[in-house]
Amino acid sequence: MSAPDTTSQPQPTDALAHATPTFTLLRALSVVSAVCGLIIVASYLLTLDRAKDNRRLASERAVVKVLPNAKTVKPFLALANGDIVPAGEGDPPTGAIRFYAAYDEKGRLDGIAAEGAAKGYADIVRVMFGYRKECQCIVGIGVVSMRETPGIGDKILTDKDFLANFKALDVQLNEDLTSLANEVKVVKHGTKSQPWQIDAISGTTITSRAVGKGINEAAQVLLPRLVPKIDRLEKP
Amino acid sequence: MSESFSSLMAPPSTWEEFTEGLWKRNPVFVMVLGMCPTLAVTVSAINSLSMGIATTFVLAASCFLVSVMRKMIPKEVRIATYIVIIATFVTVTDYAIQAISLDLYEALGAYIQLIVANCLVLGRAEAHAARTPPVAATMNAIGMGLGFTLSLVMIGGVREILGAGAFFGIPLFGEHFQPWVVMVLPPGGFFVMAGWLLLFSILRRRAQMKADAQSAEADALKTSGACHGA
Repeated sequence: MSAPDTTSQPQPTDALAHATPTFTLLRALSVVSAVCGLIIVASYLLTLDRAKDNRRLASERAVVKVLPNAKTVKPFLALANGDIVPAGEGDPPTGAIRFYAAYDEKGRLDGIAAEGAAKGYADIVRVMFGYRKECQCIVGIGVVSMRETPGIGDKILTDKDFLANFKALDVQLNEDLTSLANEVKVVKHGTKSQPWQIDAISGTTITSRAVGKGINEAAQVLLPRLVPKIDRLEKP
Repeated sequence: MSESFSSLMAPPSTWEEFTEGLWKRNPVFVMVLGMCPTLAVTVSAINSLSMGIATTFVLAASCFLVSVMRKMIPKEVRIATYIVIIATFVTVTDYAIQAISLDLYEALGAYIQLIVANCLVLGRAEAHAARTPPVAATMNAIGMGLGFTLSLVMIGGVREILGAGAFFGIPLFGEHFQPWVVMVLPPGGFFVMAGWLLLFSILRRRAQMKADAQSAEADALKTSGACHGA
């Protein structure tokens, strides 16, 4: 950019008037990068703990929403080989599914919460669902994140008839415990006849279906691994 | 922009630097800069306010650093260095918001990172901070940022009131209000933006016409006075 200064500055700074030596360019860029690098690393370290706490609190809050009796919440991983291990720091191994065991105030296992996700109308809809072994059913759902159309897609949060689907949504396993006895299915508004069906909201079909699909896919994988070993989670 | 013009005149006072962006050259309604976040995040007043504060912080910090380093940065690499500086403060803001509230972070979504590409920030770094001493540059940037925040809240407030029947989350109309859903959808952003621009251009034209009429009257008086005297 050694072209003549086109901005009509009355007195161009003398350093800008001539081409700058390469070393000066390098020095300027290095100093700027070093200063910026320091600022970024410092702020990362300063905010790291708070950000981690926030993320943990957010998922615990989501768990309490679907299992209101929960007092303490512990994260676990259901590994691809069927083992259940406490979730630690860092990325989970491939094929592992994260879930939360929720304990009531007396320290008894209240239920299990896990996340399902499926493509909705605008973006992925992520739902948290609560599972209780006594009824082998889903007892509540909450939305973790979505970008559905306000006033249409977000009815899944408020529509009472739709939420009533998740008071006792049947997710029993089949006899050899390899998959759900009946796939969780979203049906047209007003045609629900079985406890494993979800009655869609009319006019919000796509988002309703995403909720059902997310729950079905997560439950199909998680529950066969979890149910045989759920007694091991009894004590926190 | 009249930057070169104003630099011919006496340097503006710190107060003038500060108030410039608030109203006279408001970034949204006068300079029409930074439209992407203006239209995208203004679905509610609180989102607008947070976005405005985040942008103000990035703007002020970047302009300060650019101004401090302005004699050291060769012209050839200035855009690259400005972008690095701006990206740094955007990253800092990103971390800070994650530490303050995850809900807010979710609500502002990708737009925090997109502050890097907000032409308001680069524009002010290039057109003002690179030629102004640090205090004046920072004051001007804070003023511009607050002007930007004000405009965003003006747009976001109207959209929230009409589109959700609330203001800063406080319901205004009771249960029977049927929200205008279109206002919180993308077209609503354009409608409200256009509405404000229309209002300001009407006001400006009125003021202009008044000023014209007054000067014409003064001219007429002068002429008639001269005639009378003769």
